[in-house]
Amino acid sequence: MQYHRPASFAEASDLAAHATGITRFLAGGTDVLVQLRSEIVTPDTLIDIKAIDGVRDITRHADGSWTLGVAVTGAEMSEHPQLGREWPGVVEAMDLIGSTQIQGRATPVGNLCNGSPAADSVPAMVAAGASVTVTGPAGDRVVAVEDIPTGPGKTSLAQGELISALHIPARGANGGDAYLRFIPRTEMDIAVVGVGVSLRVDGDTITEARVSLGAVAPTVLLVEECARALIGTTLDDTALAALAAAASAACKPIDDKRGTIEFRTEVAGVLAKRAAKIAYARAKGETA
Amino acid sequence: MALDDRKSHFTFVGTRPNRPDGLDKVTGRARFGADVTAPGMLFGAILRSPHAHARIVRIDTSKAEAHRDVKAVVTRADFADVPFKPGLEGEFWNVLENVMAGEKALYDGHAVAAVAASSALAARDALKLIEVEYEVLPHVTDVDKAMAPDAPVIREGAADYSVPEGMHPNVVRYHESGHGDVEAGFAEADLVIEDHFVTEATHQGYIEPHACLASLGADGKGELWCCTQGHWIVQKTCAALLGIETAQLRVTASEIGGGFGGKTTVFIEPVALALSRKANRPVKIVMSRSEVLRATGPTASASMDVKIGMKKDGTITAAQGVFRLQGGAFPGAPGDMTAMCAFAPYNLTNVRQVGYDVMSNRPKQAAYRAPGAPMGAFAVESVIDELCKILGLDPIEVRLKNAAREGTKASYGPTYDRIGLVETLEAAKDHPHYSAPLKPGQGRGIACGFWFNHGGETSVSLALSEDGSAQLMVGTPDIGGSRASMALMAAEVLGIPYENIRVTIADTATLGYNDVSHGSRVTYASGLATIKAAQHAVEKLCERAAAKWGIPVDAVKWENGCAVPSGPNAGDFDPLPLAEITADMGRTGGPISGHFEATPEGAGVSFGTHIVDAEVDPETGKTSITRYTVIQDAGKAIHPAYVEGQFQGGAAQGIGWALNEEYIYGEDGRLQNPVFLDYRIPVASDLPMIDTVIVEVPNPGHPFGVRGVGETGIVPPLAAIANAVSNAAGVRMRQLPMSPPRILAALKGNG
Repeated sequence: MQYHRPASFAEASDLAAHATGITRFLAGGTDVLVQLRSEIVTPDTLIDIKAIDGVRDITRHADGSWTLGVAVTGAEMSEHPQLGREWPGVVEAMDLIGSTQIQGRATPVGNLCNGSPAADSVPAMVAAGASVTVTGPAGDRVVAVEDIPTGPGKTSLAQGELISALHIPARGANGGDAYLRFIPRTEMDIAVVGVGVSLRVDGDTITEARVSLGAVAPTVLLVEECARALIGTTLDDTALAALAAAASAACKPIDDKRGTIEFRTEVAGVLAKRAAKIAYARAKGETA
Repeated sequence: MALDDRKSHFTFVGTRPNRPDGLDKVTGRARFGADVTAPGMLFGAILRSPHAHARIVRIDTSKAEAHRDVKAVVTRADFADVPFKPGLEGEFWNVLENVMAGEKALYDGHAVAAVAASSALAARDALKLIEVEYEVLPHVTDVDKAMAPDAPVIREGAADYSVPEGMHPNVVRYHESGHGDVEAGFAEADLVIEDHFVTEATHQGYIEPHACLASLGADGKGELWCCTQGHWIVQKTCAALLGIETAQLRVTASEIGGGFGGKTTVFIEPVALALSRKANRPVKIVMSRSEVLRATGPTASASMDVKIGMKKDGTITAAQGVFRLQGGAFPGAPGDMTAMCAFAPYNLTNVRQVGYDVMSNRPKQAAYRAPGAPMGAFAVESVIDELCKILGLDPIEVRLKNAAREGTKASYGPTYDRIGLVETLEAAKDHPHYSAPLKPGQGRGIACGFWFNHGGETSVSLALSEDGSAQLMVGTPDIGGSRASMALMAAEVLGIPYENIRVTIADTATLGYNDVSHGSRVTYASGLATIKAAQHAVEKLCERAAAKWGIPVDAVKWENGCAVPSGPNAGDFDPLPLAEITADMGRTGGPISGHFEATPEGAGVSFGTHIVDAEVDPETGKTSITRYTVIQDAGKAIHPAYVEGQFQGGAAQGIGWALNEEYIYGEDGRLQNPVFLDYRIPVASDLPMIDTVIVEVPNPGHPFGVRGVGETGIVPPLAAIANAVSNAAGVRMRQLPMSPPRILAALKGNG
């Protein structure tokens, strides 16, 4: 196994482009090292990207948008004084992952690149409209978060490409987001269903909405029908029922050790309603 | 056992001092199974079958042996050939077959070969160099399917004499017992309910994976350090499997990070010894969590039919149960225990119970706290709850009406001595929990449970030091705070402070045979032996005082840590403290020690009653346990805090078993969830504070009245939680675990 610790994303990309066999980028390592230890994935090349300048920075730009370095951890997000006030759903989703120790290592970018449909931070980022900068042999490109995963454990990143930054849009006025997941326990578990909702209101009426589902299909889903069920409504019972129906209809889950098709389909609708209520209250400036 | 030494007033017993091993454990100084090293030590690793059932056609270890880091490779050929006989006498063969597969791999994870190498990583990599050719065979992992006529046969000839003719060869033991005429009893009933119940296998989930360090020379002399609930059984078993003399193998028990019955046998220890003998170097093996889940001993899974008849006034007229338990690819599933315990709390005129021990392609089951009893209680107490509900009766009153008492002929045969079931039910009825209001969406359940408890072979020595302190050597690994209990009991007899007594778990070379720490026997049996050993030392202390005073020994008695004249006519002497006698002991006759060994037979049976409140989310089927109260008869609580800890631990494990823990097998017969992420043990935030009530109905068979408390606490939870969940959800849950998908499906099915 080759271990590299490049000083720039260009160098990291170059190393990856010329590597043979299995390559993994190492940030928090909470997936890569676990898979290595348990002999699920034994990389031939391990590229540690934590020594690159700025990878642990959380930056709020003048327009209110955010850029997070690729090694920013869940703990750093939770402890940031402003990020969680503007994007509580994104921060809470990340904070649900693992234990306190894991929170000190795990990163949302790693969570995204692991390609798990059950990744908790991903539906929240998709709902928030987050994007990433991808650095590769041909330079940089910006890609929507929902376009990164292509299937369980798979991403749209080509050989030599890696994510070099995470961008979260400006929250703006009268907006709110939320993420809820279903687990049979109270913590330390993996989502059986996850739902991220971000919306904006004008008075009591929803004017913008994005709804994302996790763990109910091969990839995290951005569900337009759910957004349509919300926009123009005051989140009354009819809208909530339409939202739940749209969420359940979008599910293409599997039966596995963590849940059944019927269960995931049903609970996706239940959680969509509950998450929408929280996001709506937040958008209206109410405590939720 | 003489009973005239029972004390009614205690000085030390019943207090709550810190445990002697506490500081070591919280500071990391305690040495567990994986915490030791030896010069020249190698690391062992085990190759495991990826198939549920396969004939091993060929194993080629040559490439692994040729690797420069590999110092030894072993297969089945490196163990003693223990002849196979069905039944208990063949248990060594069963253990050997489990420790290292012979002709067939019998379950996913079954060991087929092992290596010792100069590093743990090298050992792991070397496993990949071993070539095994398998002929995959049809498999079965479900208990009912394993009994069906077309089920693949795990092993011909494994059944013992008890199995009726015509049963599938996978049925290896049969139990039937009871009394009265159940058909006549059902005819007298106003309501009869018969129902089917299923429980899945669960693992004990001890936090410490199995670990050992073994050294065995060509001279047949060996040393073994391991985490175990009983090092003499390890010694005896390993000696048999390696073909050496028992006494030549010295086994030391490490500190143990939980066992719950799962560490009462061997898995890696004989393998490490075989590797060490071949490599002529010490070999350490530490299991991963996946190995623990795949290849150690979970509990049995069960399929059960229970039928109970009740009169309108709550009188049970008849009860019958059929309990089928699957215990993996070997005999041993405790179907007999399930059957015998199922109706044991009740005074029944007509009762009949049948238990089956069934083999399947799963790991060899091991004991798990009151093995077999929780499943049966789940089925029986669920049916009683349903009867109470339909007949409009209070579930505690009905249980009181039918409760077993002193003199009751137990469902499994004997007549009960003094028992405390009624007292636990009365305490439950009077507990504020039972009358507390429930919120919408919540339900309350109650259930009773029974466990036999056990005595077992026991040997204890006590030695006094010159300064008046005492060292106590017991042979039962401390899995629940027993060193504290032993020190309290010794302090009570000797009359010296708790802190002045050091309790050591002696190794196999320094004390006589001791049975495993199982059957809730330690505080009872090792405690009894500790009391007797301390009394033995007190006799000698009195003799020294008598000699010093020049009076007969029967004119001296022991009081508050001092020898005193037994009465006014014995003479006028100042009390002679223990430390003054031991200070001179070298000159007055030599060292003073006490010893006791026996197989005590008076372990009193134990009963408990649990009250549980559960809340079910009707939209997701998710259950939270909002309140839990354990009420159990401890006979006499020597260290009440650790008794409460046992009660709470039983409830916590029961909550896991009831709600989310399960062995999940795929179509391929492989275990799908061999990690704690997917084998869902409760986390701390899943549990409410578990309240406890210690009932003390003294056991006539113990000098201080002790009954074992370690196991009964896991018997009622499955049933109590199922009753609470069923009441909260409005639909009867008959299958464990009651995971959210199952509850949601039941809610939808209910309309």
